[in-house]
Amino acid sequence: MLVAIAVTLGAAISTAMIGIATGIGDKISHELRAYGANLVVTPEEDDFDVQIGSVDLKPAGSGAYLDEAALPKIKGIFWRNNIVAFAPELPVNVLVGRPAVDSATGSSRAGTPFDFAQGGSAPHNLTLVGTYFSKTLKYGTQEFTTGARTAFPWWKVSGAWPADDSGDVLVGEKLAARSAIQPGQEIEIDGKSHRIAGVLSTGGAEDDQIIAPLSLAQGLAGEPGAVRKIFVSAVTKPEDAFARRSPDSLSAADRDRWYCSAYPQSIAFQLTEVIPHSHAEQIRQVAQNEGNVLSRVKGLMLLITLAALFTSGLAVSAAMATAMFERRTEVGLMKALGAGQFALSAIFVSEAALLACSGGLVGFAVGGWLARELGRSIFGSAITVEPVLLPVILGIAITVTFVGSAAAIRRAVQYDPVRALRGEA
Amino acid sequence: MYFRLLYRAAALRKGQAVAALTAIVVAAAAATAMLNLFVDVQAKLRKEFRNFGANLVVEAKSGSFAPEQISTIESAVAGHGLAVPFAYTVARDEKDRPIVVAGTDFELVRRLNPWWSVSAWPKSSGEVLVGVRAAPILSADGAPFTLQVNGRSVLVTSAGMVRTGAGEDSRVYMSLQDFRSWTGLEPSVVEIAASSSPEEVTSLLRTLQQTLPGADVRAVRQVTEGEANVLGKTRSTLLSSSAFIVCTAALCVLATLMGWVFDRRRDFAIMKALGASDLLIAMFVAGEAAVLAFAGAVLGFVAGSGIATWIGRVNFHAPVAPRLSVFPTVLAGCLLVTLLATLLPLQLLRRIQPAMILRGE
Repeated sequence: MLVAIAVTLGAAISTAMIGIATGIGDKISHELRAYGANLVVTPEEDDFDVQIGSVDLKPAGSGAYLDEAALPKIKGIFWRNNIVAFAPELPVNVLVGRPAVDSATGSSRAGTPFDFAQGGSAPHNLTLVGTYFSKTLKYGTQEFTTGARTAFPWWKVSGAWPADDSGDVLVGEKLAARSAIQPGQEIEIDGKSHRIAGVLSTGGAEDDQIIAPLSLAQGLAGEPGAVRKIFVSAVTKPEDAFARRSPDSLSAADRDRWYCSAYPQSIAFQLTEVIPHSHAEQIRQVAQNEGNVLSRVKGLMLLITLAALFTSGLAVSAAMATAMFERRTEVGLMKALGAGQFALSAIFVSEAALLACSGGLVGFAVGGWLARELGRSIFGSAITVEPVLLPVILGIAITVTFVGSAAAIRRAVQYDPVRALRGEA
Repeated sequence: MYFRLLYRAAALRKGQAVAALTAIVVAAAAATAMLNLFVDVQAKLRKEFRNFGANLVVEAKSGSFAPEQISTIESAVAGHGLAVPFAYTVARDEKDRPIVVAGTDFELVRRLNPWWSVSAWPKSSGEVLVGVRAAPILSADGAPFTLQVNGRSVLVTSAGMVRTGAGEDSRVYMSLQDFRSWTGLEPSVVEIAASSSPEEVTSLLRTLQQTLPGADVRAVRQVTEGEANVLGKTRSTLLSSSAFIVCTAALCVLATLMGWVFDRRRDFAIMKALGASDLLIAMFVAGEAAVLAFAGAVLGFVAGSGIATWIGRVNFHAPVAPRLSVFPTVLAGCLLVTLLATLLPLQLLRRIQPAMILRGE
C-alpha cells in the first residue's frame, strides 16, 4: 500500500515539476513585463533627441512623426498575442501658468507666471507628454484596451487617471511638490485651463513632467494624428545567435523560422511592417536583461526538475525493493506449488507494471492539479500540463519501478522454497 | 550485546539496510540541496537583476555636485554596489544643431550598464562614444568633429558607437576628465546600483537623503518593482517545488523503513519470547533508526551540497557554497522521519502476542 502511494506521489511530483519547468518561462516572462516596454518604434527619418532628464530641448517643429491611425495595426502582426500593451508618446514644450481662478481657494490670481521650473528658469522648458492612459482601440472586429497603465505598470497615481478623451492631465510628483499642486485643481497650459486629475509618481523623468491625453498634446503641438514614439511591451523569447542575424541574409526557410520566433528582433521587424516609415528598436536595458533573467530562472527550474526526477526515482526504487523483499514467503509457497522461474517473474513483472501504470495515471492527474494550483496561487494563472506528457510520466514510472524491483525479483525467484517458507532467508 | 544486535541486524540483511539507507540519503540530499539553493538563489538572482542598471538615482537639485559631495555618495555606497557620476550639457555641433553631451567614467558605466552594446570603448583622451542615432548626423564618415559649448570648442574622434534603444542613442559620451576641462562642469547625476536586499536599499536611500539635503534621491521604481516581483515569485515557486520533493523523499523513507520493521516482526517476537521488554525492543529499533538517520544525514548532506554546487555552477556560473548551518535541520528531519517510520509500526506490533506472530499469523 505504502509502495503504491510512493509510486503515485513520485509520478505526481515528476508531473508537477516537469509542468512547472516547462511553464515557468512563460509565467516569468509575463512577470518581467513589470519592467515595461521592451521595444520602441520611432519615425524612420527622425534625427536624434535632445533631452536631459525630464526636459525636452528639441526645437519645436523639427523631427518626423508617426501616424496615430496606424497604432491599432500593432494588434494585427504575427505575434499580436505577445503584445501585452503599447503606449504612444508625443512630447510638447508648453507654457504653464496659474489658473485664472484657483478652484481650491476661490481667489483670483490671474496672470501670475507659475514658477514650475527650479531656480526661476523659463517656464516654457516644461515638457508635456501626450499618451494613452487606458484607451480602447479597434482592430478589425477585435477590441482591446491599451496605454500607459499597462505598458508602464510601475506608474502610480494619487487621485484619478484622466480619461483619454478628456482635457484632464497628470502632474509629475516632483513638479507637484514644488508648486504645491493638489489633484482636482486647475492649471493653465498655453493659455487654456485644464483640470489636474492626479499626481503621478514614476521614479523617472515623468516626475518632472505633465502627462496628458494624446489628443490634448496633439492639439497643443498643432500636429493632429502625430505620435513621436510608440513604446511596446511584448512577451519575447531570449535572443540567441540566430535571432541576431539579419532577415535579409537568411534563406527562405530560415527566414520563416526567424519571422515566426518571438525574438525581440523579429517582433521589432513586424512592427516596422505595419507602421509606415518607422524604425523599431529593442530597449536593451529591458530586452537584454529580461532574456538573462529568464534563462537563469528557466535553467534553475530545469536543473531542480532533473534533481527531483532523480530523487523520486531513487526513493521509489528503494521503497519498491523493500516491498518486494517482504514477499519472499509468498514466492516460496508458489515455488513449492510448482511455479517455474518464468511464471514467477511474469507475475511480479506484471504486478510492478500494473502498479507503475496505475500509480503513474493517478500521479499524473494529481501532479497536473498541483501544477495548476501552484501556478494559480503564485502567478495568478494556471500552469497547464500537456497531455503529451502522460506517456513520458508512465515511461518514467515503469522504469523506476522495474529498476527498483528487478534485483528483489531476481533474488526472490532464486530462493530455495524450503528456506523461504521456514522464514530463514 | 545491544551494539552487537544492532550490527548483526544490519549485516545480516544487507540488501534491506542498503535500501533503507539509500532512501534516507536521497531524502537528506534533496533537503540539503533545496535548503542551500533556497538560501543562496536570492543572492544569485539579485546579482542578475543588478544588470538592469541603477536602482537609485541621486540628482543635484540645482547646478552640479561639489567633488566632496560625490565622494560622500561614493563612501556611502562603497561595498554595497556601484556609484557612477554623470555630467550633462547641451552642446552645438558644426552646423549649430543641439546635442546632449555626457561626461562619465567609462570603466564604471561598463559595469553599471552591461546591456549597452558598444562597438569599441574609448581608450584615450579625445575619444568619445557616439550614440547610433547621433553618429550619422555628427560624422557620417567617422572623421573627427567639433563640439561647442559656451564658445569653447573641442575636437573629438569617435572611438565607437553605443546602441541601447533609449536616450543614450542620441548622445555623445566622453570621459569625465575631458568633459571637465572642456566645459568646467561637474557631475549633476549619480546613478547607483545597490546590490543588496530591498530593506538595505531603502536604508541607503534614507542615508543619502539625510547626508545630501541639496540633492534629490529617488529609487528607480521601474527597476526595483520589477525585481521584487520576479524575485518573490521565483522564490515561491522554488519553495513549493522543494516542499514537494522533500515530502516525496520523506514518504519513501517512511515506506521503506515501515516495510523493514514489519518484515522483522518474527525477530521481535523471538526477542520478546526470550524475555525482552517492550522498552528494550523499542530502544533497539530506535537506536537502529538513529544510526541510519545519522549516517543518511551525513552522506545526504555531502551529496546535497554537491548537487547545489553543481546547479549553481551550471546555471549561475558561481558555486553555491555549502552551508554547515543547514546540517542540524537536515539531521533533525532525518531523525524525525526514521523514528516515526520505525516506532509507529512497532506500536502496532506490540498489541499482537508473540505467539501469534511466531505461528505465522
